[in-house]
Amino acid sequence: MGEAIVITSGKGGVGKTTTTANLGTALALMEKKVCLIDTDIGLRNLDVVMGLENRIIYDIVDVIEGRCKLKQALIKDKRFDYLSLLPAAQTSDKSAVTTEGIREIIKELKQEYDYIIIDCPAGIEQGYQNAVAGADRAIVVTTPEKSSVRDADRIIGLLEKEESIESPSLVINRIRNHMIKSGDMLDIDEIVQVLSIDLIGIVMDDDDVIKASNHGEPIAFQPKSKASIAYRNIARRILGETVPLQSLEDETGMFKRMKRFFGKTR
Amino acid sequence: MQDTKQLVTIKGTRDGLTLVIDDSCSFEDALKELENKLSTNRPNKDEPVVPVTIKVGNRYIEDKHKERIRHVIMDQKRFAIQSFESDVILKESAYDLLKDSEVKIVHRIVRSGQVLEETGDLLLIGDVNPGGKVVSTGNIYIMGNLQGVAHAGSDGDAEAVIAASYMNPSQLRIADYISRAPDYDSDGVYMECGYIDEEQDKIVIDRLQVLSQKRKSLNRFERRIING
Repeated sequence: MGEAIVITSGKGGVGKTTTTANLGTALALMEKKVCLIDTDIGLRNLDVVMGLENRIIYDIVDVIEGRCKLKQALIKDKRFDYLSLLPAAQTSDKSAVTTEGIREIIKELKQEYDYIIIDCPAGIEQGYQNAVAGADRAIVVTTPEKSSVRDADRIIGLLEKEESIESPSLVINRIRNHMIKSGDMLDIDEIVQVLSIDLIGIVMDDDDVIKASNHGEPIAFQPKSKASIAYRNIARRILGETVPLQSLEDETGMFKRMKRFFGKTR
Repeated sequence: MQDTKQLVTIKGTRDGLTLVIDDSCSFEDALKELENKLSTNRPNKDEPVVPVTIKVGNRYIEDKHKERIRHVIMDQKRFAIQSFESDVILKESAYDLLKDSEVKIVHRIVRSGQVLEETGDLLLIGDVNPGGKVVSTGNIYIMGNLQGVAHAGSDGDAEAVIAASYMNPSQLRIADYISRAPDYDSDGVYMECGYIDEEQDKIVIDRLQVLSQKRKSLNRFERRIING
């Protein structure tokens, strides 16, 4: 029996889809069978980040409305067999998706897969309700910005009301250490203190993440990138391993070294 | 007088008249005697209106009884009923009183978008996050961080106070008063309280210790009983 994890944030643009793609990839790299579900009907883009856009034939609405079997709609990842994707619909009517429909799909997928990772749309409306419907646990993504922490707080409040979901975990994304140091960004302790839920990972802001997702290759495939390691660490924590948090200092150390390399001194 | 005991006694005090209605007779008898008494002791036309306090002892008077007494007394046009005083209250209102005077202990985090509403005093063990709101008809005590909105005395009790271990609220409201955080980023304060300062006519924030002077009767139950 697999486990369904919903990736949510409340606010848009904090990296839900990127996190979904990379956690899925990282878990699959550890030889877990993973299925990604995009529930952002009308604005699908998980398939783009995964580089699987051109393989879509059926989508989640087709499954719910009975136009195809679930198996037919699943897209096997082009890189390896452990990973599948159930894409969102691009055009269909949003109201076609119901919590029951999603619950059915997840129930079926759980038989086959170890982890089902659900990419939640922004907002707290029906789309959110659908995404959390079948989930067993939740990961809340936030960035070190006031507005996104506020929305994360709101979402955590809503998630606490869902009885089937255990206490959510937190991913802090797009951390820029130099801004935290200068006091222009909320620091990690502050965020964790306000939200008071378990921190499951921190991800540095990394240009390579954008580069990679534009190529349809989640960064988790790259072995050396800092963000990639961060995502793989989160995946390991999901599996129950104890992995220490990445140190922020290391990053500046590297920066400094690079600056020194280029002859810039402070 | 044949009557062994007077059912209605009228006493004059500095603040007007006090009408004491005996609590062991029937209401009808008392009312009749009241009518008689008032018709014999008719005040002069040019006297000022006299405020009357009615004491009914261990008798519970319903609204319709009050209405009838009022009718009899107002009939004379020279009296104005100031208040009814009864030594007994309904069980129901006693329960309400108790409920209002109890300190509700709530153990949770009030997150953004959530509202925690209670009657009586509220002791919140946990935080009020930015965007969250706590409302109570009595005082609000927060063992945790207050970063959202707190509204004490929401039914209009201007005596209510808000106390928190860490205070950095976006708004404090007491009764009809509202104060908001300054526009610049502030760090917040530890172990402080907000209350309405009568002189400045606004909500002020001060050390917790001043409460013992500013609000001497924080013990709600007694205060409520006294205030009715």
